[in-house]
Amino acid sequence: MRIFGTLLRRELAAFFLSITGYVIIAAITLLLGLSFVVLIAGLGTDPFTTPVTEMFYSTFYFWLILLLATPVITMRLFALEKSSGTFETLMTTPVGDLQVVAAKFTAAVIFYMATWLPMLACLLVVRHFANQPGALDAGTVGGMYLGVFLTGCLFLSLGCFASAISRSQMAAAMISFVLGVSLFSLGFLAKSIPPTAQWQSRALSYFGLFDQMDDFARGVVDTRTVVFYAGATFFFLFLTLRVVESRRWK
Amino acid sequence: MIQVSNLTKRYAGRTAVGGISFSVARGEIVGLLGPNGAGKSTTMRILSCFLPATSGTVRVAGFDVFHDSVEVRRRIGFMPENNPLYPEMRVREYLKFRARLKGLGWRRSRERVDTVMEQCGLTDVQRRIIGQLSKGYRQRVGLADALVHEPELIILDEPTIGLDPNQIRSVRQLIKSLAGNHTVLISTHILPEAEMMCSRMVIMFDGKILAADTPENLQKLMQGSSQIVAEIDAPSDDLRAAFSQLAGVGQFDVSAGADHFQRCALTPRDGQDLRPAVFMLACERGWKLRELTRSRHSLEDIYVQVTKPDEEEES
Repeated sequence: MRIFGTLLRRELAAFFLSITGYVIIAAITLLLGLSFVVLIAGLGTDPFTTPVTEMFYSTFYFWLILLLATPVITMRLFALEKSSGTFETLMTTPVGDLQVVAAKFTAAVIFYMATWLPMLACLLVVRHFANQPGALDAGTVGGMYLGVFLTGCLFLSLGCFASAISRSQMAAAMISFVLGVSLFSLGFLAKSIPPTAQWQSRALSYFGLFDQMDDFARGVVDTRTVVFYAGATFFFLFLTLRVVESRRWK
Repeated sequence: MIQVSNLTKRYAGRTAVGGISFSVARGEIVGLLGPNGAGKSTTMRILSCFLPATSGTVRVAGFDVFHDSVEVRRRIGFMPENNPLYPEMRVREYLKFRARLKGLGWRRSRERVDTVMEQCGLTDVQRRIIGQLSKGYRQRVGLADALVHEPELIILDEPTIGLDPNQIRSVRQLIKSLAGNHTVLISTHILPEAEMMCSRMVIMFDGKILAADTPENLQKLMQGSSQIVAEIDAPSDDLRAAFSQLAGVGQFDVSAGADHFQRCALTPRDGQDLRPAVFMLACERGWKLRELTRSRHSLEDIYVQVTKPDEEEES
């Protein structure tokens, strides 16, 4: 646990004490700002029917953040250490493979969640000027952040896996982007194909990222969705761990 | 401290290390010597539990590197080739991080970091960012990292590569000062370095061990053919006659040198030192002697002799 803490601190420092970290934060803040503009424009014209949080999701900027930012956040994790050789110094200390994977993933999740904090400010601005306390209750905001957290975990675990299997950061970013886009397309497919009783359709519905996100934004937490996201995240982290261990059986 | 038996490492289609065996006793400084691609780095990576062996066993301090990997890693300080570091961290911060990773407590890690920084001459640069340090300082950071948890075994892969002569000297002194308390395994392809620092050398070539002994013994191996060179002011015919009667002389060659002196090269028959005999001869005959040297075979000769035949076969 002490080693995990040490590793986590170093990974967080690598995010927050580097220029790349702030470039990512700036980019995400810009995208959030754009979706905020869209939201404000929507508030100005339409009557107020959907929760404010849901409007954030309905803009494509949200998905852009998920698809573009997560590969950039995770690409460094293993690939940089491998290409610079520090992976060798790291793995020849008495640390466990699981500790390394867990620390890197946790640091990525913390950084990712921190980049979402500006949205909270946007919501507070809406709340202040809308003069309508009901527009923004704890349930919808909490549900929304849970959604951001769960989808983020899944995409970050994809990125961890991609970074573990490649030596170059570019390759890692591309692989995780391709994996992310595939998942995203499955979500599209789930939305466009009408649901039937067949098992294929039901299986596909688990990948319906949009509908699930709508639920989260309304403050509805469906256990099946949570289990799906958590399970998929653990699956990819497990694969990452195996890849890290694999140098011992090669 | 280290027992390597029949260690083999095969990469896809290529044998990097082919069935080597050697052992290192506690407190020794052993040099792993060989040209590039001889399998030195691979051997070190296996010793430090980074790579698994294809076959054979490696034990460090009694622990198997594969089965008790964590126990082994606790006991070694490894500095890989090219000394990779995190360039964005500060020196002190990095060493502290490494000390904590290696299981040192908060207070203990602070003490040890101070000690190794002093030992490696890093105290002045402790607040500097590693990426902005000169190569010599970075190398010292790598060394300090290898030492920080007081490991029983220190493995250094080419510790002096790319340094200027002054830096090399200080790194060598530092390594030498570790003997006794620590066991040190160094790889290098620079001979004088191994000759200077190591109490024993293992010469590797093409994944095999060609020779393993102390530098002195390796030299002795070669002395059978070591020549004596003498410059004597005497007629060449007299010299030839005298040398042919001198006991222990195998071959000799007399050629004219500068200022009347004759340059004589003598090869002993059974490895004995001919210098006293030549001196006595000159005294008896009243010849002037201005040079008397034995061409001491440096390890360079051993190295070239040991590694050359294979290279020729290859080409």
